[in-house]
Amino acid sequence: MTNILLIAFVISLIYIGIANRLSTYINILAVQGIILFGVSFIELIQINTVNFIFILFETIVFKTIAIPVFLNYVIKKNHIVREAQPFLPDFLSVVIITCIVLGSFILSNVITGVSVRKIFFLAAVSALLSGLFIIITRKKVVTHIMGYLIMENGVFILSLSAGNKMPMLVNTGITLDIFVSVLVLGVFVNRIGNTFEEMSVDNLTNLKD
Amino acid sequence: MFGFYLIIAFSIGILTFLNRNKMVRIVLLVLFLIVQTSITIYAYCHLNEDNTRFFKFDALGVIFLCVLTILSFTTVYHSYIYLRHRNDSSRSQSIYFTSLIILIMVMTCAYLASHLGVLWVFIELTTLSVAVLIYHERTPLALEATWKYVFICSVGITITFIGIILLSIALGETEAVNFSFKAISGQLSLINASWLKTIFLFMIVGFCTKMGLFPMHTAAIDAHTVAPPPISAFISTTLMNVGFIAIFRTYTMFSHTTILHWMNMVLFLCGIISVIVSAAYLLKVNHLKRMSAYSSIEHMGLAAIGIASGGIGYFAAIFHMVLHAFVKASVFYQIEQFHRNFRTYLINETGNYFNRNLPGAMVFLLILISITAMPPSGIFVTEFWIFKALFTSSHFFILVIVLLFLSIAIYSLAKNFLHILFNQTQGLLPAIEKPKASETLSQFFLLALVFYLGINPPAAMINLLNEAVANLPK
Repeated sequence: MTNILLIAFVISLIYIGIANRLSTYINILAVQGIILFGVSFIELIQINTVNFIFILFETIVFKTIAIPVFLNYVIKKNHIVREAQPFLPDFLSVVIITCIVLGSFILSNVITGVSVRKIFFLAAVSALLSGLFIIITRKKVVTHIMGYLIMENGVFILSLSAGNKMPMLVNTGITLDIFVSVLVLGVFVNRIGNTFEEMSVDNLTNLKD
Repeated sequence: MFGFYLIIAFSIGILTFLNRNKMVRIVLLVLFLIVQTSITIYAYCHLNEDNTRFFKFDALGVIFLCVLTILSFTTVYHSYIYLRHRNDSSRSQSIYFTSLIILIMVMTCAYLASHLGVLWVFIELTTLSVAVLIYHERTPLALEATWKYVFICSVGITITFIGIILLSIALGETEAVNFSFKAISGQLSLINASWLKTIFLFMIVGFCTKMGLFPMHTAAIDAHTVAPPPISAFISTTLMNVGFIAIFRTYTMFSHTTILHWMNMVLFLCGIISVIVSAAYLLKVNHLKRMSAYSSIEHMGLAAIGIASGGIGYFAAIFHMVLHAFVKASVFYQIEQFHRNFRTYLINETGNYFNRNLPGAMVFLLILISITAMPPSGIFVTEFWIFKALFTSSHFFILVIVLLFLSIAIYSLAKNFLHILFNQTQGLLPAIEKPKASETLSQFFLLALVFYLGINPPAAMINLLNEAVANLPK
């Protein structure tokens, strides 16, 4: 079951490559939240109850509901154009993300010596690199945050594979990441939206030599 | 005791946030400085005693804690001058000083953390508290800089977190649930080398955002441009020390494994490219604060090279960071005064500073001597040791490259500083206010400290430095 969920997660990454509208990105993030809820439910059922409830709460409330609603609110409030406006054509994005997934597949088969479960490692590394790829190739500040959130999901999957041993570390990491991603990034996105007419990275090029 | 410090400092922070009265604010700040001084003295007197599970007063932490405490006095003083001249509202002053207090507290925790997870958490918190300070002027430019700083640091800290998770996966097999530096370094020999290399790379890249080393050196540059000058002084000194301490602890942790040589190569690469990048940008830079920021990157590169070359290099790297903190802080304090005189940071629109403000010009002249490592300054000694370490570990090629690019950096720094001091351009804007000599006293004090520590370092400090490098391979 975990395998199916993680494969669905990787497919959602590829789907982001061709997604055109910002609302699609948000929906994908929500779907990823549900997938992570499922995976953590199956994986962590034997750890102590408080931690377990905290992690489930985090995935279902924050990743699936709060962040998508918040992003929708930001987009509506700042009248952002609904297109993602990538620098690259969609086809190339899909090809590159597929290459990333393929590369992580090879990487997870190459590493030896440590018994990390391959499917977790694959999903985590592909999410990290795809998140970075989205950050680099999209024009809007909001899409930067979405790329960051995808990276966060990758980190979450990676920590799930160690979650049985290190629940405290995982919790601190997750809590702080939520804190950063929602509070600070959200606040500044709103500010950027108020200050500049359009929330595009083209406005953020005044500081240079 | 450390728990008390955290509670008291945090409550002073909250009171500063709630308070709108000018006199009460000064009293609270003085109170905080007293608390900060007492924790420093307490830490020095109780060296190596385990107080709590997550913090330890070890030599490395105490050295940088002393630097932080000295600089927090001057930074609070110069922040006060800066805010007085800006006529900010009482509310924004409260927010400024609250974030400053929280920042100092969080950096203290980061220096003393003996637990990898705790160190990570406090490094993340430094980003958040300094972001508020960078955004203090509330301009679109400040917004851009803060956004970039927060975003790059968040990505960097996420990368470090991946390294920590990978480490925990690897350690999971050896049953080391305790994540203190000491416990980890005992278990590392059981992990295979390629896995260790991956972990080290992830952790170093993340910590580089804070230290300002090559792959992530861009994080702080833009922040320097718009941050209030006293805060720039903090970003470029004590905050970079946080990154240095994180990298140094990670390096110490891994230094008894088989990947020591490979780690040295990675640090050499980071250091050399940092020096090259900063030298290249220094040639064309025209903004005084950006120039100082690039100069910081150059010094961070030298410190990384010092660690990588081993032997006396470890010792020299820590010493270099201490002295660099004092010099760079006085640069930014003086820049604040300079900006009030000229109303600009652009070097080619200024000049003739010697006639306009003699004490300030003397500060700049002494800074030029210190920062380019000319003999009486302490940085000369540390850079000499770093080169000596390079020489004894027979890295001649690296030595030549570093010296070459260092001379380019020295040329650019000297050119720009001398332009500010002696350029006789006509048609400069008249000075708006008469400069006060008293505001340069703290800079003279810090620079005198740099000269003194270089010529005659006190025995207590040498002991601390020796103890900090005691765990490393000879």
